[in-house]
Parts: sequence; C-alpha cells; structure tokens
Amino acid sequence: MARSIAFRDALREAMSEEMRRDDRVYLMGEEVAEYNGAYKVSQGMLAEFGSRRVIDTPISELGFTAVGVGSAQNGLRPIVEFMTWNFAVLALDQILNTASKMLAMSGGQISCPIVFRGGNASAGQLGAQHSTAFESLYANIPGIKVVSPSNGYDAKGLLKQSIRYEEDPVIFMESEVMYGEKSDIPDEEYYIELGKADIKRAGRDVTIVSFNKMMKVALGAAAELEKEGISAEVIDLRTIRPLDWMTVLESVKKTNRLVIVEEQWPFGSVSSEIAYRIQKEGFDYLDAPIRRITAADAPLHYAPNLVAAALPDVPRTVKLVKEVMYMAR
Amino acid sequence: MATKFSKETYLYWYELMQLIRQFELMAEEKYKMEGKIRGFFHAYIGQEAIAAGCMTGTRHEDLFITAYRDHGLAIAKGVSVNSCMAELYGKATGCAKGKGGSMHFFGKEVNFFGGHGIVGAQIGTGAGLAFAEQYRGTDNVVLCYFGDGAARQGMLHEVFNLAMLWKLPVIFICENNNYAMGTSVERSSNVIDIYKLADGYEMPADTIDGMSPEAVHEGIGRAVKRAREKGGPTLLEIKTYRYKGHSISDPQKYRSKEEVDEYKGKDPIQLILKTILANNYATPEEIGLIDKRVEGIVAASVKFAEESPWPDDSEVLKDVYMDKHYPFIID
Ligand SMILES: Cc1ncc(C[n+]2csc(CCOP(=O)(O)OP(=O)(O)O)c2C)c(N)n1
Ligand SMILES: [Mg+2]
Repeated sequence: MARSIAFRDALREAMSEEMRRDDRVYLMGEEVAEYNGAYKVSQGMLAEFGSRRVIDTPISELGFTAVGVGSAQNGLRPIVEFMTWNFAVLALDQILNTASKMLAMSGGQISCPIVFRGGNASAGQLGAQHSTAFESLYANIPGIKVVSPSNGYDAKGLLKQSIRYEEDPVIFMESEVMYGEKSDIPDEEYYIELGKADIKRAGRDVTIVSFNKMMKVALGAAAELEKEGISAEVIDLRTIRPLDWMTVLESVKKTNRLVIVEEQWPFGSVSSEIAYRIQKEGFDYLDAPIRRITAADAPLHYAPNLVAAALPDVPRTVKLVKEVMYMAR
Repeated sequence: MATKFSKETYLYWYELMQLIRQFELMAEEKYKMEGKIRGFFHAYIGQEAIAAGCMTGTRHEDLFITAYRDHGLAIAKGVSVNSCMAELYGKATGCAKGKGGSMHFFGKEVNFFGGHGIVGAQIGTGAGLAFAEQYRGTDNVVLCYFGDGAARQGMLHEVFNLAMLWKLPVIFICENNNYAMGTSVERSSNVIDIYKLADGYEMPADTIDGMSPEAVHEGIGRAVKRAREKGGPTLLEIKTYRYKGHSISDPQKYRSKEEVDEYKGKDPIQLILKTILANNYATPEEIGLIDKRVEGIVAASVKFAEESPWPDDSEVLKDVYMDKHYPFIID
C-alpha cells in the first residue's frame, strides 16, 4: 500500500523512524521543537520524543552546529536542521574546518556521522540573502556527501540512509517551496543508497540532467519536447557528491547530447563538473557541445520579473535542447 | 503640567509614528488582499516609539543600520515613503530599485544603511560604519539595531569586545520585543536581561521603556553624548513589543491574545496623543488633520508604486559589480 503524503511529512517519517530505532539520533535546530518547525517538518516530534531529543536552539548557528559536530565525534548521530542553508553559512567553519576534516586529521580515528539538513535555494521573492543555492559550494568539499532530492519519496529513502548508514557528514538540501508537494510513499520501510542517480524519464534523443526543484523544469521541458516528437531522457542526480557520472555517461552514449539544468551560479558549478567528466570519458559519443542553464551570474533580486529572468525555466530549456539537436531556427 | 519636550516634538513624534503605522497597515493589506507585495514582510507595528525617540535624539549625519524589520526606521530616517512602497511592490522606483524588497530598504543619502537579512550580521557591520567615522575623525555616531534573538549570535560578543577595545562611536540597540520568531527571550538564554551582556566587556548599558518616545529619546541622548565625546559604545536594551506576528505567515501560537492586548494598552501612539491633548498642543480637529495628511501620503505612495514600472530584465546583471565591464558568465 502506498500513501500520498507531503515532502515535509516524508522527511519527518524518515527522522522519526530512525529516532525510534536508535537513541543516539537526535534533532536540533531553531524552532524545531515547540514551534514544530519553521516549515513544520518536525511537527509533533517534540511530543513524541521529548526535549532530550528534539531540541530548540537560540539563533546561534556556529555554536549549535559545533555542539552537533562534537557530539557526533563522541558517539551520537545528530540531525542538525538549519532554518535554511543561507544561515548555515555562519556555521560553515564547523562543517568545512572541523566536520569534513576530522577523519583525515586524526588519521582515521575520529569520524563525524552527522546530517545537516534544511531548505535551500530560491523560494519566491525572498531577496539576495535568502535565495542562495549551495550544492556546488558544499560539493567542493572532500570529506562530506551532498544530497539534493527532488521529491518526497526519494527524500525519505535518502534521509533514512544518511541518518542510519552514512558514517560521514551528510549535507541534505531541501526546498521550502517543495515541502507541501505530495508523493506516494510505501508503508514498508525503504532506504535509497547515496551516490545513485535516477532516470526519471527514459528517452532516446537527448539527455537532460538536473536535481532538486529544477527537476520540474527538466521534466516540464521533456513533456513539451515530446509534443514535438523529441524524446528526452531525464536524469535526477539525487546525490551531488559523490556524483554518479556513470549513469549520465551511459545515457549520453545512447542520446549523444547533454543538457544540464541547475539553480547554481555558473562558475565552478555542478554542471561544470559534469561537463568536464562527460567530455573526458565520453568525448567520442558527443554529437554536440554539452550545454547548461544555470541561475544568472548574480545575487537573486526581489522583483518578480527579475526572479523569473534569473532562474532556469521550461521555454529556455526547450530552446537549448533544440540547439543541441541543431533544430533551432 | 509641564512636559519634558516641546509641543513641536510631541507633534513630530505623533505624525511620524502614525505614518509608519499607517504605511505598514496599508502595505499589509496590499500583501494579503491583493498579493501585490511578496516575500517575507516583518511589521514594525508596536515598536514605532523607538524610531521616534531615536530620531529626536540624533542628527541627520548619524547613521542607522538594522535588520529585516526595517520599514519604520527607514521612513523615520527619511527614505521617501513613495520609494518605500515602490520597493515593497518590487518596482524600479523603489529605494533599492526593486532589488531588495521588504527586508532590504536602503537610503544612503539619508544615512540609512539598511535592511539586513542574516540575523546578527549588522551588529558587526554597524561597528564597521562607526570605525570609518572614527577613522575620518568626525563626531558622527552609528545607531546599530538588532533583535533579542540576534543577541544570541556569536557576532555580538566579538564585536562588543572590538568596539570597547577601540572605543568605537556605535550605540548597540537591542529592540527586545520578547520574541525571536516563536522563541521567547526566556527560552533563548540563561541571561534574560540582555543589557547585562555588556558587563563582560565593561561596556556601559541601560534598559529603556520602548513604548515611550520620551524615554527612548533620553536614553539615546545619553549614549549619543558619550559616543560623540569619544567615550565609546553603549548597549541599550529597549523593551518593546510587536503587535503582529513575526512575519505575515506566523500563526502566533506561542503567545496569548491577552498578552498582545496588554501591550496594545500601552500603545505609544495613544500615549503621545494623550499627552498632546492633555496639554492642548493640538485640538482633536488638528489631530484629525494630521491623520488625514498621513493617510494622503500613504495613499499617494500606493498610487506611485502601482504606476511605477518594473525594473528592466537587464537589471539582473546590474548592480552586481561596480566594474561596468565585468565579464559575466552568460551561457
Ligand atoms: C543567521 C540567521 N538565522 C536564522 C534566520 C531566520 N530568522 C529570521 S528572523 C529570526 C528571528 C529573529 O528575532 P529577533 O532577533 O528577536 O528579531 P525580531 O524579528 O523580533 O525583530 C530568525 C530566526 C536568519 N534570518 N538568519
Ligand atoms: Mg525579537
């Protein structure tokens, strides 16, 4: 049996199931307990688990992240929620300089099994300081893994995997605008391995790679293209680091064309990395340059038309696909 | 009964506080009813006395910097009401060209240094503004505002230490409205008297009744005098209250209606109105005229915002670098 539940509920089920199983797992962050979550992801968790395990923090990102990281080094398996990833920048020191490097510096003695999670990237007209997409920034860091799911089903399986089986720090990126979206979740427990991309739509003519909420743009473009007889294969990366470039390469061997859609800034982005890898491993299979649509090379402004102009959309993706198919007029 | 301040001062306070409140009530309506304003919107309603008292306690050259709850201080400092409303609408004529929205009002010309979205960040930036004034040898001071929630950021401690070490001309103003989103002051720290945070740095500190422009003016006056005379920073904990939710989307389950009503009973606008009427500084008819004038300014700002153009799409890559020839990545 499957149930249709919201993305936020899928995340909560993942956390609650793992917390029931393992007392070492706890949740900490701003407004996670008494307010039931700024975005209601942790609704009801304080009532079930009590204040020992569902812990409200003051607005002190660097401090509580450090406490989480230290506790992970000393036998616990924390989940640290950031109200959004924009605020985690204050805690980057702990994530980059401590969590990601502890295993290396200690010669393999001290690991840091911790999950950092929260909303990421643009969420409407929130202005420059509340709209950054951080996948590529974190994916640059050796020692951590970066997950960025596009739907509740994947999110639940990936989050459970991250909490229960990952022994390394995991960056888990959600989206405020996806929390209400429904997906079918089986009653049975399931896990999804990190580092495995998922072909969300099979196709022959062109490969479109995306992740997180930009998957909607990728799938929307594929639907449009189908009307014109173009068959697009759409790959959802799901995990950014490690990057499952093999799945992308296998697809490109079939389609010979690759378009990447992402909300990162263009310089040194996820698409840059994919483009490098595919040209290196699959040069002979490419019939056109690898192309991409990213967010504009600028902070995101507030005005609605500037938001629309700065972010990837279906029409521009369709147009780009036609360009790599040499069909553009 | 003699009043502490002049008739003009009371009338100024009344009109300014009314203007801020009516501006926000109108904007909130445009947000909720017509969807013309989007994004996060944090109302200052209830806290207007702080803006009023700070204005009469400082001079034009003094700098203000605050967090995202910025409409009141921007208007007080003199950012035009038209450009504030246009900013909320995201129009090209806004005080940040429609690029900032509610959280990011700016007005460099009137020494209003914004509207900042990362809790606690401007505590440090404000000290930096003060550093520049000291460096240049002026006697201008910086009013650096932040919330009770922001007082729990590490930033505060590093910067308090620096500001005392270098005797920076900055006044740290904690607008304590008792809540950081749904977290009350009591739930955020062992130290609930925020002014005591200054003790660790031997910084002078004071608590002030933030529902009274008179008290704010006097408290600010003492701190400003100290800073101007090279005496260094002060921490002022101003006790206030926000009548509205944290932002428009806050269901406010963490506090009771009775609590909100208690503070509405101490409303600063009503308080000043009482003083004005009791001292015959204005007749009820004259007050009516002020209210009408305010209403007119707010209505005109809506018309201005609605008739203003959207920013051109090419603005996406403008105001990112001062370098006019910067080679953006365009795929
Ligand atoms: C670094 C950071 N963490 C979290 C947030 C989300 N957030 C925005 S406002 C706020 C509450 C701040 O409360 P307070 O400082 O008391 O100011 P008030 O809203 O009461 O004016 C929080 C947690 C943020 N913007 N920045
Ligand atoms: Mg507050």
